[in-house]
Amino acid sequence: MPPMMKKVLVLGATSAIAQATVRLLAARGASLYLVGRNAERLEAVAKDARTRGSAKVESEAVDLDDLAQHEALVERAATALGGLDGALLAHGILGDQKVAERSYTDTEKVLRTNFLSAVSLLTPLANRFEARKAGTLVVISSVAGDRGRQSNYVYGASKGALSVFLQGLRNRLARSGVAVVTVKPGFVDTPMTADLKKNALFASPETVARGMLRAADKGRNEVYLPGFWRLIMFIIRSIPEPLFKRMKL
Amino acid sequence: MGSELQSWGRYPHVTEQREKSVTWASDSLPVPAEGGSLLPYGQGRSYGDSCLNAGGTLLTTARLDRFLGFDPATGVVRCESGVTLDAILRLVTWQGWFLPVTPGTKFVSVGGAIANDVHGKNHHQAGTFGRHVPRFELVRSDGSRRVCSPTENPDWYAATIGGLGLTGLITWADIHLRRMSNPYILQETIPFDNLDGFLSLARESEKDFDFTVAWVDSLGRGQSLGRGLFYRGNHAPPQFDALPLSRSHLSKRGGGLAVPFDMPGFALNRLSVAAFNWLYYHRQRGRASEGLIHYDPFFYPLDGVHRWNRIYGRRGFLQFQCVVPFTDAGVAATRDILDRSARSGMPSFLTVLKVFGDVPSPGWMSFPRRGLTLALDFANKGERTYTLLAELERVTRDAGGRLYPAKDSRMSAENFAAWYPERERFARYVDPAFSSSFWRRVNGAG
Repeated sequence: MPPMMKKVLVLGATSAIAQATVRLLAARGASLYLVGRNAERLEAVAKDARTRGSAKVESEAVDLDDLAQHEALVERAATALGGLDGALLAHGILGDQKVAERSYTDTEKVLRTNFLSAVSLLTPLANRFEARKAGTLVVISSVAGDRGRQSNYVYGASKGALSVFLQGLRNRLARSGVAVVTVKPGFVDTPMTADLKKNALFASPETVARGMLRAADKGRNEVYLPGFWRLIMFIIRSIPEPLFKRMKL
Repeated sequence: MGSELQSWGRYPHVTEQREKSVTWASDSLPVPAEGGSLLPYGQGRSYGDSCLNAGGTLLTTARLDRFLGFDPATGVVRCESGVTLDAILRLVTWQGWFLPVTPGTKFVSVGGAIANDVHGKNHHQAGTFGRHVPRFELVRSDGSRRVCSPTENPDWYAATIGGLGLTGLITWADIHLRRMSNPYILQETIPFDNLDGFLSLARESEKDFDFTVAWVDSLGRGQSLGRGLFYRGNHAPPQFDALPLSRSHLSKRGGGLAVPFDMPGFALNRLSVAAFNWLYYHRQRGRASEGLIHYDPFFYPLDGVHRWNRIYGRRGFLQFQCVVPFTDAGVAATRDILDRSARSGMPSFLTVLKVFGDVPSPGWMSFPRRGLTLALDFANKGERTYTLLAELERVTRDAGGRLYPAKDSRMSAENFAAWYPERERFARYVDPAFSSSFWRRVNGAG
């Protein structure tokens, strides 16, 4: 079981799931380095974390699509908190499948934010944790990455690629004692899904945040949130391709 | 998409309503492209139609729920307006602070507590909630922002406290908490035989007890009309509890019970209401008692049962809360209201009586003022209920009293105009893009 995360870099800190997680970490007294695009929003999240009990909160407004900045960003976070023992990657975009189908530029944007930027951040983070032989990387992927479907395969591909990258990274870092937790939420009621019609499958960001931290505390490798998605995705993955390709999913 | 949001009484039932979530205080208001008016919606704990906006859009604030600062030395907490009183209690009680004023449920938002200028068991000493809100920010549909306090934008401050969400959206507020050295309340429970018994208890308790309230047996008639139980208490002194405050003092209840579905209409009938009231009164066996009680069951007895409003079934229920002058005429009106309710064949399930103090309310439209306040609730039985409420409204008016907008779904436009003389000045501060079902009703527009 990895030790509880005490000095955590949170990427995409203004996302609903990250905010809910930040509250839980703050209540534990963790120190936090919060990164998001919008400085005003970030400030509100930072104040909330401070008030709820974080030992230390620093924040920085950065566009994570600017990959060139990542290495220095990780360095600044580690300096500010006096080291890092955890990172949460929570930034991502849903994109618009229909738009992406017609334009590679839009497809690339989804891949850049959801996959390339995560890889670019995980590279210095993994090397840092590997050298220290400790640390926890918690990365939000998605159930959508488990199988490509016509309704959102661009987003799905970005998350599927991320899940595979994390598998390999976990395999590499296992002997260094670094935990890599792949988080696969299903539908979550957040601004990202504001335009989707809500149904019983939707979970709250708080539910996902609790499950995510529980998985990190227990050193789990991969977690579906809520847990019933493991079964749903097992069934979806089990459908033979000749049948699957004719389905409207 | 039609919103499912309702008020706590679930009457009137509104369907043609949209909702938009307000997530960030720094954003401008999401004025809907489809047009229509806006109204902030916090936790939906107003009973009638003051938190509803039929045909318009509700700006939901459940995600506008961040703390922006807390100074344990001064006891001032700054938070966004969607933060609930429950969240504040979780943050501050173990640090030795408590809400300055709290209504009978902690599941209300700060914005709602200000917009309705809510009151609690300590009104006779502390006044309304708004008195303890030194500053807040108000955002209007034209994009303007104002920090409001008794000295900065004082007109906007007085219009917005008790302003039913109509002057704009409160984004954040400061709340001045009160010191608390013990999460337990030293409570006395004293039975009284009739209204006179209540009045003498209320008079003798006003000075020495921070918290007073009475439960009235809604079926008492004749000699025992207005009988009930008087509760009074203070936060227990620190030496009562040798242990320092800790997080373990937080309520462990977290809501174990819930009403899982709408009860059928017949579940609450004259017999079950009678049985409940009889048992409640006789549980005390006619004797006074004293004991330590945690603040949670003391202030929030009904919060232990989630969605208790479902016991009234699908048709919902209507609340009635009046304040009448603390005079012979006011006492006679209170007696008359209790009597009419008891004789109506659909007695109130839970009847609460309290004396408001003379601490002035800061809002132009605030409800509380010196007098006797009586709250009753009635299952919605259609016209019979509306007729009874109209009678009670008339008795209130004749006695020089008035009704509480946050609990109302029936008061007439004429009475509202007579009861809230500041409404014309207030109307000039109403955001042109904002409205509510209540506001249109009391202005005779639907």
